[in-house]
Amino acid sequence: MKDRLIKLHNVSFAYPFGGRVLSGVDLELNAGERVGLVGPNGGGKTTLLHLIVGLISCTEGELWAFGRPRRTEPDFAEVRASAGLLFQDPDDQLFCPTVVEDVAFGPLNLGKTADEARAIVADTLDLLGLAGYQNRITHKLSLGKKRLVSLATVLAMQPQVLLLDEPDAGLDEETEARIVNILAELPLAMIIVSHSRSFLAQITTRAVDLRNATLSPFDLGRPVAI
Amino acid sequence: MVCDTFSQHDSTIHRLDPRARIIVAFAFAVLLAISTSILVPSIGVAVALGAMAAARLPLAATAKRLAGVNCFLLILLVFLPLIASGPCLFRIGPVGYSREGFLQAARISLRCNAILLTFTALLSTMETSTLGHALSHLRLPQKLVHLFLFTVRYIDVLHHESARLRRAMKVRCFRPGANARTFRTIGYLAGMLLVRAHDRSMRIMDAMKCRGFRGRFHVLTHFTATQQDVVFVLASLTVILVLAWMEIR
Repeated sequence: MKDRLIKLHNVSFAYPFGGRVLSGVDLELNAGERVGLVGPNGGGKTTLLHLIVGLISCTEGELWAFGRPRRTEPDFAEVRASAGLLFQDPDDQLFCPTVVEDVAFGPLNLGKTADEARAIVADTLDLLGLAGYQNRITHKLSLGKKRLVSLATVLAMQPQVLLLDEPDAGLDEETEARIVNILAELPLAMIIVSHSRSFLAQITTRAVDLRNATLSPFDLGRPVAI
Repeated sequence: MVCDTFSQHDSTIHRLDPRARIIVAFAFAVLLAISTSILVPSIGVAVALGAMAAARLPLAATAKRLAGVNCFLLILLVFLPLIASGPCLFRIGPVGYSREGFLQAARISLRCNAILLTFTALLSTMETSTLGHALSHLRLPQKLVHLFLFTVRYIDVLHHESARLRRAMKVRCFRPGANARTFRTIGYLAGMLLVRAHDRSMRIMDAMKCRGFRGRFHVLTHFTATQQDVVFVLASLTVILVLAWMEIR
């Protein structure tokens, strides 16, 4: 019980003018677990991640995170400090002019001093092989580098859980391999959304399929169309 | 699309504290904007050219930047004297070319060029992000600073989105013309850009919330003024005061 980080119980969600994307979904994420999340486009994978950090609220069901039920905005502000969400499009994630400011944005919001934030930035960029990128202009980076810097912005908050929304989308083989190596070595629980079974097979400990608004176990070894 | 190529060079001006450059550029621009004589803007152009030389700006690239504005000013020089009253310099048939109108257009042109050259020499020689941070340190309202920084950050993204939409139109053989279909299509393009910009702004807000944003930005960049900066500000303000005295004399 004490290892359980995230728990969704009977969670449902429907967009106001769309169909129901989640219906009675149950999901648990325990410490050390890396869960792959697959499913068709528009199936609700991103919605599920956004629900976990409270960017949208579920219409039914209960969400527990880090040992407590979470319902209100202050509850979810706490969740976001411990569950880092990587957005699908790095241009949504990187909004500061320079890399150092973007990576330091989260730690500064969490109350770190400028010097502490700078030290965290240096360590995080080192970890991702981005040393020397501090003063680079974010919008001038390549997609691969933007993706790595986006990951740095999330890791700089020193989260317990990573929620990664298609971290491999649009990357070349070399950058994808680099991201696989980095993620595989991180001692964090993760939920990773991807359409690539080979990518997920290298990182995750289990996978689930979100289809027709419900979750079911998914075997990454079997040739099942996603 | 966001071009800050002048900031990549190195010169005495580049090494000055950005805050000092902003203060001087602003004070100089205000003086030039309110000047009514022709002498002060003329000296202003000379001073601005000096600043440009000190910033070692490439002549051709700077001239290219000024060309657009000067085309407009040329139109002003041609047409303003034709509609202004006062004694004529010369006549073309029934139309008189007013001396007062010509002087007025010349004043506007000189003021405009002096301000543009000063801003090019002092402000475009710093990265746009540095400009934003320096403005923040000069106590400009935070909302304006962040509006500026967000614009710089996302204008490129919107430009690429616009280019993508235009390409999508082009590959389906769209040829713009002066017809209702073209206007409707351009309307779709503008509408789609607005919708996408709105959607993106919502996603960015979500990304900021996910990283603990609670309405306050923390500035990480700090500047230190050196003796050289103090000398630069004092010397520049002296020149500005002398010009102001010449203006009110």
